[in-house]
Amino acid sequence: MLQLVLVVWVLSVLIFAWLRSLPGGPVSALLGDRGTAETRAQLTEALGLDDPIFVQYLRFVGRALTGDFGTSTGVSPGKPAMDLFMERFPATIELSIAAVLIALVTAIPLGYVAARRRGGWLDNTGIVGSMIGISIPIFFLAFLLKYLISIKLGLLPTGGRQSATIDATRVTGFFVLDGLLTREWDAAWDALRHLFLPALALASIPFAVIFRITRASVLDVMDEDYVRTARSKGLAGRVIRDRHILRNAMLPVVTTVGLQTGALLSGAVLTETVFAWQGIGQALAIGFERKDFPVLQVVIIAAAMAYVLVNLLVDLSYAVIDPRIRTAQKGS
Amino acid sequence: MLQTRVTRPRRIALIGLAGAVAVSLSACAESERGPDAGGGEGQTGGTLVFGAAGAPSNFDPFFASDGETFRVTRQIYEGLVGITPGTADLEPELATEWTPSPDGLNWTFKLRTGVTFHDGTPFNADAVCKNFERWYNQTGAGATAALSYYWIENFGGFSDGKQPSLYKSCTAKDESTVELALTRFTARFPTMLSQSAFAIQSPTAMEKYKADDVKAQGDSFIFSEYARSHPTGTGPFKFVSYDEANGTIELARNDAYYGDKAKLDKLIFRVIPDETARKQALEAGDIDGYDLPSPADWASLKEGGYNLMIRDPFNILYLGITQKNNDALKELKVRQALAYAIDRETLVKSVLPEGAEVAKQFYPPTVVGYANDVMEYPHDPAKAKQLLAEAGYENLKVKFWWPTQVSRPYMPNPQSIFGAIQEDLQAAGITVEPVSKPWAGGYVDDVEVARAELFLLGWTGDYNSPDNFIGTFFGTTENQFWTSGSPWAEDLATAIDAADATVDNGERDAKYQDINRKLMAEYLPAIPISHSPPAIVVSSKVQGLVPSPLTQEEFGPVSVTS
Repeated sequence: MLQLVLVVWVLSVLIFAWLRSLPGGPVSALLGDRGTAETRAQLTEALGLDDPIFVQYLRFVGRALTGDFGTSTGVSPGKPAMDLFMERFPATIELSIAAVLIALVTAIPLGYVAARRRGGWLDNTGIVGSMIGISIPIFFLAFLLKYLISIKLGLLPTGGRQSATIDATRVTGFFVLDGLLTREWDAAWDALRHLFLPALALASIPFAVIFRITRASVLDVMDEDYVRTARSKGLAGRVIRDRHILRNAMLPVVTTVGLQTGALLSGAVLTETVFAWQGIGQALAIGFERKDFPVLQVVIIAAAMAYVLVNLLVDLSYAVIDPRIRTAQKGS
Repeated sequence: MLQTRVTRPRRIALIGLAGAVAVSLSACAESERGPDAGGGEGQTGGTLVFGAAGAPSNFDPFFASDGETFRVTRQIYEGLVGITPGTADLEPELATEWTPSPDGLNWTFKLRTGVTFHDGTPFNADAVCKNFERWYNQTGAGATAALSYYWIENFGGFSDGKQPSLYKSCTAKDESTVELALTRFTARFPTMLSQSAFAIQSPTAMEKYKADDVKAQGDSFIFSEYARSHPTGTGPFKFVSYDEANGTIELARNDAYYGDKAKLDKLIFRVIPDETARKQALEAGDIDGYDLPSPADWASLKEGGYNLMIRDPFNILYLGITQKNNDALKELKVRQALAYAIDRETLVKSVLPEGAEVAKQFYPPTVVGYANDVMEYPHDPAKAKQLLAEAGYENLKVKFWWPTQVSRPYMPNPQSIFGAIQEDLQAAGITVEPVSKPWAGGYVDDVEVARAELFLLGWTGDYNSPDNFIGTFFGTTENQFWTSGSPWAEDLATAIDAADATVDNGERDAKYQDINRKLMAEYLPAIPISHSPPAIVVSSKVQGLVPSPLTQEEFGPVSVTS
């Protein structure tokens, strides 16, 4: 917990100072070619940007403690930055969860099979595939998928989270889930169709890593004494696979998924831009272009918090997977 | 001591709990669909989805100054005066006729009768005056240029009297007659009232939803409930909803509209910030059109069977000159040499989109006071060299600022424009030192505080007025060109004010022509380059969209076929 507070505080100072050290700023972004010396001065004063930076920072912290994180100036002008974050965060979570799910359900079985049949055609294809997955720029992959599947074949929509013409009720901000909860099946299906391609593009990052880790880890575990013992005492293949190999091989995989959160977010910036996905990645991209300080501050700090929390969850989940960690805790 | 082992019975219990949570969640998550959910089918007009490049700032046009906001509010609201579709000419809208007093200080507007706002309240003289009073009486955040940009640009100050205001009073003579009194004559009135910011809004709705409750909080602004979700006008479309999570704004036909009712049932604006994504959304049929397609895409859009409409250019791109930082630029001959050095004909043909024209003065020919006999600067590198030699600057060196990460209708591709001009200048023996910066990341700041020497900038006209162009550029001696060092700066500013205050049309026209001639021959504070046409594109299903040179399209007459 202390760790989290410290991370947030250091990060907030860095972000705050760094944003304001960049040339240009929100005044130029807002007024552009319409600005005059007078209107610029007036706006600078109204936004409080003429004060020394530490005064601005203290004011920011003071307001932040009361739950006010400023309002957006560029992404969605006039909207409280925290509202904007809360509204867009589910979009990114929805996208990330879908991407991780796609990666998990494909990469783990493939990694397992590849390890069991090391050197086989599936193993080689998987290795080459994961190489491509790691090295292909996600921007390009997203673009390619969209061009082939949405534009050339017309199978899926090109972007957005839901068709503009569909009348959907919003409950949680997770559009697919909302559609299921409210039994608006068409809205859920429509959201799912919009979700598929961006999630697939984003899944390329965790897929490649999870596949390789699973394969390597299964190879390690297969050589362990307890697997040989299990086999020699005549246990069924399925039991050995599930309880002895997979379970033990999963530890490094789970760690990897946690560490991939950061990569997912940076991937989301590009994927969301290509697919007009109204998430925090897109907000970051637009925020930088339009110098939307409040939104950038909130999004970056909150994303860092999410990263820390996810990795905390990963640490806790070890206990569920690995009996040895539970035993150690019991003894303590 | 921790015990986190999940035993089998517990696991079942957990699954049960999750199920119970899901059930209870879904119990409180009722669908909010109306009885006519999914509408559109079976009715007459259908739905049009138009791609927008950004989110609107709010739906109260008085507090807006950006095109994304006005595109939406223009369909909801109307002004006293309007613009004939497809032109920049004035026509009646909520006022049917208007007459000035001989001195041009008092204007009597006859209002259209039988008009109601979307909330059912009547539009009348009282409502008009309440709007003017509301604008004039803004205080605090509402009276800053970031919010009331158009009021300050056009009317000047507010009732606090800190700055002189053009507005004096508004009187409701009877139910359908309004008298507006001004403090001085300006040729811009009443045309200036055609701007979206001066749309007439429902006083009842504004009061109910606290329209003036706008705050500067910390480093931004918070808009009123009215501006966020209850905009109420008289236009052919009514506001339905803004789904921020999905980036869509929904409008519906106003069935009580007094004029030709909108053909569409629904008009939806969908925010797609990425340029390429907008084009692809159109190609995939997810949207029916979008504004300002990149000129690089024009050919492929036309080939794809889309209806690409090129508007008449109503803007100006100029090569800015800041006299402050380079003594050579203070010399008229040097500035003229720059003008002769640039091959604007070739630039317009090779770098700018189809329909672009060479600019001979600081505004397009459609605007009042355009002079046909200004001094021209045909491409002539030899003459440029000669002028530089005469001025004693044979080895002229200039720093040339150009912006990245921006595309403007007057400047669709800054890099190519810069490249072409740089080559021309070098061919005339001028050494160019390029400085490129991101638009909002230093460029605008540098130009505004006169850090540049040469720079690229421009302007899109708000309405048909010379003052809207040259008044903006040279109306004060404190400007980006740093003309205050020149002996003529004061004369120029005074002449522009005097022309605007001239009541007689012919006389005023002559004054503007005279200013334009002097600007091009004697002053040349900057070099007009080109007028570029912005385009708008719709799919072949869309009919009835009339492109506007002011980029102010109305969707009332638009229909879609399925």
